[in-house]
Amino acid sequence: MATDSAQTQIHNIGYRNYDGPRLGRAYARRSLFSQSLRGAYGLGRSAKSKVLPMLLFAVMCVPAAIMVAVAVTMKTGQLPVPYTRYAIYLQAVIGLFIAAQAPQTVSRDLRFKTVPLYFSRPIERVDYVLAKFAAMASALFIITGAPLVVLYIGSLLAKLDFADQTKGFAEGLVSVALLSLLFAGLGLVIAALTPRRGFGVAAVIAVLTVSYGAVSAVQAIAFNQGSPGAVQWLGLFSPITLIDGVQTAFLGASSSFPGGHGPGSGTGAVYLLVVLALICGSYAVLMRRYRKVGL
Amino acid sequence: MTVIATESLSKRFPRVTALDRLSLDIGPGVTGLVGANGAGKSTLIKILLGLSPATEGTAAVLGLDVATSGSAIRERVGYMPEHDCLPPDVSATEFVVHMARMSGLPATAARERTSDTLRHVGLYEERYRPIGGYSTGMKQRVKLAQALVHDPRLVLLDEPTNGLDPVGRDEMLGLIRRIHTDFGISVLVTSHLLGELERTCDHVVVIDGGQLLRSSSTSDFTQTTTTLAVEVTDSDTHTDGTEAVRKALTAAGLTLHAGVEDGLPGAGHILLIEATGEETYDTVRDTVAGLGLGLVRMEQRRHHISEVFQTPAREPVSERAAAWAATAAGAEQKGAGRDGN
Repeated sequence: MATDSAQTQIHNIGYRNYDGPRLGRAYARRSLFSQSLRGAYGLGRSAKSKVLPMLLFAVMCVPAAIMVAVAVTMKTGQLPVPYTRYAIYLQAVIGLFIAAQAPQTVSRDLRFKTVPLYFSRPIERVDYVLAKFAAMASALFIITGAPLVVLYIGSLLAKLDFADQTKGFAEGLVSVALLSLLFAGLGLVIAALTPRRGFGVAAVIAVLTVSYGAVSAVQAIAFNQGSPGAVQWLGLFSPITLIDGVQTAFLGASSSFPGGHGPGSGTGAVYLLVVLALICGSYAVLMRRYRKVGL
Repeated sequence: MTVIATESLSKRFPRVTALDRLSLDIGPGVTGLVGANGAGKSTLIKILLGLSPATEGTAAVLGLDVATSGSAIRERVGYMPEHDCLPPDVSATEFVVHMARMSGLPATAARERTSDTLRHVGLYEERYRPIGGYSTGMKQRVKLAQALVHDPRLVLLDEPTNGLDPVGRDEMLGLIRRIHTDFGISVLVTSHLLGELERTCDHVVVIDGGQLLRSSSTSDFTQTTTTLAVEVTDSDTHTDGTEAVRKALTAAGLTLHAGVEDGLPGAGHILLIEATGEETYDTVRDTVAGLGLGLVRMEQRRHHISEVFQTPAREPVSERAAAWAATAAGAEQKGAGRDGN
């Protein structure tokens, strides 16, 4: 090559080899995580795909801002809604967010068969699944945690009791962290089953709303029939009532179950186990799902 | 130096044997891997990328064992799949930058390498537009770019000319040639058209049913098989010009192939002559001129892939392979016809 350098200069600057660092698996996993997390909010994608996630983010935060405004001006002495309750009230918004963004996160790679390009690189299946799972859970944590931050800052501005508010805020964060992991796992599993984005969106919404609707209806019937024990166990069958049960038992929340009969610590332990099992199970199902789509 | 080495590599699935004691030794340069669908090409690529364990035997890529160093291999190897693999809603630049980072390149280097690589594969202003609007040829270039962006030492290209028109195919083949000559990257390229590989590759490996049929340098293939196709006009003195030329050429000491190509228009009027050197062309010209006939065409007939199967390396050819070779040869003929237009 050295002999014809004169010629090369005339035509082209030529091919340059890359001698720089190659940062390997861990770096690639981090890059995939940040790309997926940004993608969940439409960052680095078209303007059109920013609309929905940003809108939902605003819808999540605005009620919190209003509550803060009310608490500050009216000097009510407490926030209208406890930290742990906020996500339960706005569960529909969270459901919409996961339904729209989980398929976006995993279905595109399946549908356009981009997955083999990942697996022909240093990262492996576990890196891919972990990065996607973590990205989705973080995206959910941001959208559920941000309004809590608004509430907390507002409560401090309203000069509410600092220790009380900090404890409530911390409990709220733990609760939404669990919720984020659970919803991310379920959403990704459902979305990864189909390469079609539309089906994914519909399926996630169906699973979240149908299970919640069915559980709360049956719970209401059981409550009217006078069997509060059944109410507690029924809560195990939908994601949002699971979270409700866990935070009632361990995070000092008041339950939104009919009659406010949340599970105690004993039943609560079952709730917590089921939540953890679902999170781990989602991870295992995702790992299995991607075993088949290698090259 | 060896780029790819396999030693009695076998891969068995419950019902099929995909690779059967395959031993290869592939050096630097452009190597063609030929085989029918199901011959074991994809299985071999999977094993070479360290994504699928071999049932028996060993394989090494760039001197690294595929069983233990898969991740290290994939860091220095590029892979271009046969199927579509591009999301339509992002631009080529964004996509290739992302893939570069997945290969471990820092953000700044990923952007620089992407712009370099896209330019080298021939994508300029359009690289900022969403991939969905690209032609098949442009998409193939993006796929190639993502395989080259991390400056690998070896690229595995799976059917890179699939779906391209003749011009696009020629450009792609030229590009593949440059990957080795200009970029210094070794290439393993699969195809079912031997004629294509012959123009691009230094070395051709033919596998069938997971076994090695033949492995030799491209010049071996072409030297032994140069055939001239000659067609002449008839005249008043020679009402059957073809027959007259056949006799005259046989008398001049040239070897004529008895077999005519069935199924092609005017096949009965085409003489197939074995070319032993430059002087064969002169002899044909002089003979035809001497008989007072018109020379309609004299062209180098690309040899058929079926010839590979007529002289198998070790084993008798399976019926399936022979049948496939016949269809492949037909396809190649059509391809050659299109090229001429």
